Amino acid sequence: MLATKEWIKIMKLSDLPIQIGKEVYVKEKSIALFHLSNGDVRAIENCCPNDHGPLSEGIVSGEYVFCPLDDWKISLVTGEVQKPDNGCVKVYETEIKENYIYLMV
Amino acid sequence: MKHKLVMIGNGMAGVRTIEEILKRDSERFDITIIGDEPYPNYNRIMLSNVLQGKTTVNDININDWDWYQDNHIHLLTGEKVIKINREKKEVITDKDQTIGYDELIIATGSSAFILPIPGSDLEGVIGFRTIDDTEKMMETAKAYKKAVVIGGGLLGLEAARGLMDCGMDVHVVHLLPTLMEQQLDSAAANLLKKDLEAQGMKFLMEKQTAEIYGENRVEGLKFTDGTSIECDLVVMAVGIRPNVAVAREAGLDVNRAIIVNDDMMTSDSSIYAVGECAEHNGIFYGLVAPLYEQGIALADRIAGREGKGYKGSILSTQLKVAGCDLFSGGKIHEDEHTEAIIVHDQFSKVYKKILVTDNKIVGIVLYGDASDGNRLFNMLKKQADISEYTSSSVLSMSGQEGEEDLVASMAAEDTVCGCNGVTKGTIVQSILELELTTFEEVKGCTKAGASCGKCKPMVESILAYTLGDSFDASLQKTGMCSCTPLTRDEVVAIIKEKQLRSPKEVRMVLGFISEEGCSKCRPALNYYMRMLFPEEYEDDKASRFVNEKMEGNIQKDGTFSIIPRMYGGTTTAEDLIKIGEVAKKYDVPLVKITGASRIGLYGVKKEDVPHVWEDLGMRSGYAYSKSLRNVKSCVGSRFCRFGTQDSLSLGIKLEQEIEMVDTPHKMKMGVTGCPRNCAEVLTKDLGVVCVENGYQLYIGGNGGTEVRECDSLTTVKTEEEVITIAKAYVQFYRENANYGERTAPWVERTGVDVVKETLLKETIVNEFVNRFDKAKTTYQEAWSSVLTDQKKREMYEIIKS
Repeated sequence: MLATKEWIKIMKLSDLPIQIGKEVYVKEKSIALFHLSNGDVRAIENCCPNDHGPLSEGIVSGEYVFCPLDDWKISLVTGEVQKPDNGCVKVYETEIKENYIYLMV
Repeated sequence: MKHKLVMIGNGMAGVRTIEEILKRDSERFDITIIGDEPYPNYNRIMLSNVLQGKTTVNDININDWDWYQDNHIHLLTGEKVIKINREKKEVITDKDQTIGYDELIIATGSSAFILPIPGSDLEGVIGFRTIDDTEKMMETAKAYKKAVVIGGGLLGLEAARGLMDCGMDVHVVHLLPTLMEQQLDSAAANLLKKDLEAQGMKFLMEKQTAEIYGENRVEGLKFTDGTSIECDLVVMAVGIRPNVAVAREAGLDVNRAIIVNDDMMTSDSSIYAVGECAEHNGIFYGLVAPLYEQGIALADRIAGREGKGYKGSILSTQLKVAGCDLFSGGKIHEDEHTEAIIVHDQFSKVYKKILVTDNKIVGIVLYGDASDGNRLFNMLKKQADISEYTSSSVLSMSGQEGEEDLVASMAAEDTVCGCNGVTKGTIVQSILELELTTFEEVKGCTKAGASCGKCKPMVESILAYTLGDSFDASLQKTGMCSCTPLTRDEVVAIIKEKQLRSPKEVRMVLGFISEEGCSKCRPALNYYMRMLFPEEYEDDKASRFVNEKMEGNIQKDGTFSIIPRMYGGTTTAEDLIKIGEVAKKYDVPLVKITGASRIGLYGVKKEDVPHVWEDLGMRSGYAYSKSLRNVKSCVGSRFCRFGTQDSLSLGIKLEQEIEMVDTPHKMKMGVTGCPRNCAEVLTKDLGVVCVENGYQLYIGGNGGTEVRECDSLTTVKTEEEVITIAKAYVQFYRENANYGERTAPWVERTGVDVVKETLLKETIVNEFVNRFDKAKTTYQEAWSSVLTDQKKREMYEIIKS
């Protein structure tokens, strides 16, 4: 299957609170969007590889989110699950233009 | 060209062997693994923990799919080898594939032995061996009530406990007069049986099953003595049968299992067998530790390393059932060559026996306190001379010294963590290479101690031994979380002393490893700050667990539950109609009376949550929070013939006075109108029993994982006194317990007498009440405060584009 990726306008940066995730539904994909305390905006697949927990509801610390169901620690930058657990989630590119968040999906 | 190495079987022993081979030489082999279960390698011994609800199927994988890929292993699952052609050196599968080999490992394991009696093929008769068996048992427990486990050995008892945890009524049928006769003598077995009976397990001893009856599904069992029992599920746990059909057909030497030599080689020099399907010196093993030892011997051989070969194993056993601490190793019965040292404390139900021949331990049976098991077992394996000990001191010589000697004398390939198969060598290596200094770090990197936790003391000793002088014992005390070695009390004391005003400041001043904390300390610090500075500190939603952040319990599929407040379990006709209408409008999949006498709407979509609240127009029941959940009450003297006081009104008042205020963990309370205790208050955090002359107060009970009966606090004369003491008790708990600690362990840790004395001093009680009241004024009802705050409401919206 051939899918074209494109930048999609999501929401105002100022409407995304710091450290509280947002569930975004784009092209039939559920994506978890985060505004980190260092100002970065990060987006990953909204599904923990272990028990499919909604990562958008997890506690955010630095560049990591903890799955709300099983406490797996996942990097918001690389999508990698931290030891001792294994796995990874998809990472989506983000961009801020004129106070709007865009996602490459 | 690479050697073609093929393995039949994808279980623990086989895959462990492959891991050992890769460790020795990762380049030499082109590896194919063929397994008939549709899963990657998982930890079969943890299945009973899955059944007991302590872990999930996902958590017991040892090697995930990626592991096979990363190591370039060709994996065929759901496929079965039906023939070995030794002349052509190839195996043929049931999907008609032919795979050639230079060297072949048979690791087909074993199957549950199904008794060859009439009815053993009925629906509802299963063994306990695989993920599928486990899931089938959990499924059955949802629809049926009565289970029978045939076999009172290790596996049978773990299965029985698991089925009880799934809500079934369980009988264990055993052929012999004592349980676990392979591992326990009759004294220990009797103690075990008593403990299990106290947990609700029922036993039919010295019964032989004659047949299983039923139309399509099992309906019951008949025994040879003419008696019978009805049931809906039969689990056979009478032993294992090695899977040897393919090997036998190929003409290999097979007795009860495939015969191997010390190099794990079968009668064909290019075919090996390992694990439960292999028979060495007339013995085949059904436990994990020996299988790992075999894997090492086989890996040495295949990789062409000089090794010791496999010399047979002495077995040790522990039972994975809470409240039954036992250890067994080596011989269990006295004979003419042995002398026994026995300590039997019938009062505290502790039984310890070691068997000695020529001043060496040859057998160990421990019940009630198995903490010395590993130390004694190692003395047994090393054939240590015990003549320097007095007879009973060898049994009680516990503590650091013994443990450290033990650790020093262990070989690198000795298993430390049986659950996850972690050896001493692996632990030492990761301590040195990754510069680990605490148990938590070792657990994180190696998984040693991550499952049942029984090996924690040994892992700590290995740390001490490996690090030598640089070992810092002070780091080992359990800090609040992995961000800091400081305990809760130290952290709270420093916050007070230095008047730190934000969690960020706390983390900086106290040097937390992670600048923004972790999922453990974030909610804890948020709680401590608000508890210490109720009027100044502003609650941080981003530090709350999802349930408290969203003011509803997240369900496994990401939906939420909504449980409105029903003071004392009371409601009205109007409210019931309203709940019904709302449930219909939002298509709520489940409406249920909860355990705390309220009505729950389950499976509400996140974006619907605020709308459901709005339509209900009711207060939050805080069924998701670390705070007072409910006060369970009987109807009391208003309607009941036996009621001595108006327990219902008191319950409602109590709930209104205490609700909403954060506590270290959830709290449940109860008020019952007479000593018949219909409201079951003696296992609550606070229980009130109304009597003719007043109110008896009880504290520190728990009806959850670790059931604890309340301790009696005092008896008071009036409802006002009940409320006053309740507030003081809650505030005392708020100010002193660890975040996440229920009142039961807190009361026990603090000392019942200390709690009592404190709560009976009027001046102290008044101070507690003042502080509680002050805190209470800072809380607003949760749902209405979300509904009136646009920013908070937006948290429930999903952006769709």
